[in-house]
Amino acid sequence: MSEASGHSSGSEHVVPVSTYVGVFLALIGLTALTTGVAYIDLGRWNTVAALAIAVIKMLLVVLFFMHVKYSTGLTRIAILAGFFWLLIMITLTLSDELTRGWEIVSHGWSVMIPVVLRLL
Amino acid sequence: MSELAAHSAHPPGFAHQFETVAQQREAGKLGMWVFLVTEILFFGGMFTAYTVYRSLHLQAFITGSHLLEVKFGATNTAVLIVSSLTMAMAIRSAQTGKRKGQTIWWLILTMLLGATFLFLKFRFEWYHDYVDGIVPGVSWSYHGPYAPGAELFMCFYFFMTGLHALHMIVGIGILTVLTVMTARNKFSPQYYAPLEISGLYWHFVDIVWIFLFPLLYLIGGRYPGS
Repeated sequence: MSEASGHSSGSEHVVPVSTYVGVFLALIGLTALTTGVAYIDLGRWNTVAALAIAVIKMLLVVLFFMHVKYSTGLTRIAILAGFFWLLIMITLTLSDELTRGWEIVSHGWSVMIPVVLRLL
Repeated sequence: MSELAAHSAHPPGFAHQFETVAQQREAGKLGMWVFLVTEILFFGGMFTAYTVYRSLHLQAFITGSHLLEVKFGATNTAVLIVSSLTMAMAIRSAQTGKRKGQTIWWLILTMLLGATFLFLKFRFEWYHDYVDGIVPGVSWSYHGPYAPGAELFMCFYFFMTGLHALHMIVGIGILTVLTVMTARNKFSPQYYAPLEISGLYWHFVDIVWIFLFPLLYLIGGRYPGS
């Protein structure tokens, strides 16, 4: 790495003010949207819409305000690992919780053995 | 030779163990993100518990949600979004070498918005919850349908917003330190890492609220008959 890029070069990517203001307006718009949608009867889709809008807002903040769009792969993989572990926590917890009412199959997992063997 | 030259021309804030300023910057940001990952899982535990109990007591959670006022949640969401913008602007002004007064102005504005959030939360929400009798264990007078489950919902509400508010208070403390550091000319376009990583924290706290707002105030719907 040359001296110039290593020590004396200025800062990282400077995000234009227009980008920040654009992201800000999008976030305010999405807040108004998610609030408005809650007053319309969409059944189950109310929950889906609220969460989808929240995820979009999060992505806007993470990519632009938190500069992840301009970050290195190392930072990105650390962030993705965090969300992946969150997903594991939620998925495994719910796979227990939501299946507690299920009937227990008398043969248990042994019924899977011939199925697996047929694949070999 | 170049290494010797590099050490003699020591950029401000540059630590010896790093090869380059860029490497130092990257290490700092990665470290902060690793901390934020632990925070994702910290809040994630609460979000998971919330999801489980919501699935068990869906109607009660919707009843509980209707005890909250959307206007305060929505206003506070907007306040935090503006504060994220001012935080980003504070970092940008240090990054582009603007006068330190400008950076300080953005930082103070961010702190004021954070304080506004807390004021609305405590004075107009929690205090009224207390007066209205929807604070579990302290002041509870709601005996309508699904009262026990609604009380459980309110427990989640106070723990989740309480932990979030605690993070806001810590954030305002961090911003105070940054303001002093800026005033003492600690930052330059070559070195503003404390601003950058504190910004990550502030935006993270904003993201937690971005999820708390729909989960506590909106989902389940606010339309008549919901």
